[in-house]
Amino acid sequence: MEAQPIKGLKDDPWSRMMTAAIAGDEGAYRRLLEDIGRSVRAMARGAFSRAGVGDADVEDAVQETLLAIHLKRHTWDPAQPLGPWVYAIARHKVVDALRRRGRRRVEPIENFEEFLAAPEAEDPHALSDARKLLETLAPRQRDIVTSISLDGQSVAATAKRLSMSEVAVRVALHRALKSLGAAWRRSVE
Amino acid sequence: MRTSDFINALAADPVPEPIRLGRRVAVALAIGLLGSVTLYCLLLGPRPDVAAASGTMRFWMKFVDSFAFALPTLLLTLRLAYPDAKPSALALWLAAPFLLLAAGVVVELLVVPQSEWMSRLMGATAIHCMITIPMLAAPILAALIVGLRAGAPLHSGLTGAIAGAASAGVAALVYASSCPGDSPLFVATWYPLATLICMGVGALAGRWFLAW
Repeated sequence: MEAQPIKGLKDDPWSRMMTAAIAGDEGAYRRLLEDIGRSVRAMARGAFSRAGVGDADVEDAVQETLLAIHLKRHTWDPAQPLGPWVYAIARHKVVDALRRRGRRRVEPIENFEEFLAAPEAEDPHALSDARKLLETLAPRQRDIVTSISLDGQSVAATAKRLSMSEVAVRVALHRALKSLGAAWRRSVE
Repeated sequence: MRTSDFINALAADPVPEPIRLGRRVAVALAIGLLGSVTLYCLLLGPRPDVAAASGTMRFWMKFVDSFAFALPTLLLTLRLAYPDAKPSALALWLAAPFLLLAAGVVVELLVVPQSEWMSRLMGATAIHCMITIPMLAAPILAALIVGLRAGAPLHSGLTGAIAGAASAGVAALVYASSCPGDSPLFVATWYPLATLICMGVGALAGRWFLAW
């Protein structure tokens, strides 16, 4: 929990990390996503328990939020702090996740800031549906996503194994993530 | 899949070029407006008595009303393209065109005898107005929706509807010099109805194209 956004200041740690990430700092981006993930997890657990829904889908909501943030990160206005931008997306995705679990009326989630003070680590046994959604991808795309995420391979190693260029792997990865976002959205409807 | 694994995939994804939504929406508006003005020139043109009409207050009020509606709805459209949109103060500005319109209606009711109210309200071209404003709004709405696709609106239907309202406001500005109905009674009845059509189409387009 080294980084917590300070309200109203774009010089807060999250905004700084995102600025660095957009400039190409992969390490900063990874730390930012881990950080946001911990706060979203705390928020999702709280909302799920208030709605009387089990914890089973919490990791889904976290990952869906991270993917949404990821796919739109280049449209964030750097003149505004990142925190509220993230909360808004997270709130929306958690409410979606609850609707998916059949909760028609969902209490609005207000105090996101609270969760920043109490970030929660991932439960190593909690798995998300992302694996199931991966099945909807083309085989090559699925292979690339699995290789880089689950197997922790680098882009370079994946490219070598598949005899592709690194650029082609990254392009395929990007397409795969976009379709994953769309598949997730469809699973809500 | 575990979240830490998932983050590996996200971090390996190349960084896209940053997008400035304000610029996108401005460019979209310019392109849409060009389309709208082209339609106006090809199909409509100014009304025959435009010189005489331009000496009247009623004629110019249409422009003022339309502008007062177009400006806040356009800004609101842009604001809604961000997930953390706070439309509060801007939404209040939306009251301006309605107050202007209401004031115009009150004055009209005071200066025009009651027997003429209905004929003023219906004008000669009510249906024409209802068709023409959405037609002139179509290129603007289409361009705005394309421009907004880069954004991250949380409420895709609402964002589309407000974009529809904005396109109707701009279209009304384009149409005003061709529209033969000047009475505030006419404007207050038919322009909002045409706007509602645009908002409905915008809401549908938003649900289709702006969800992400």
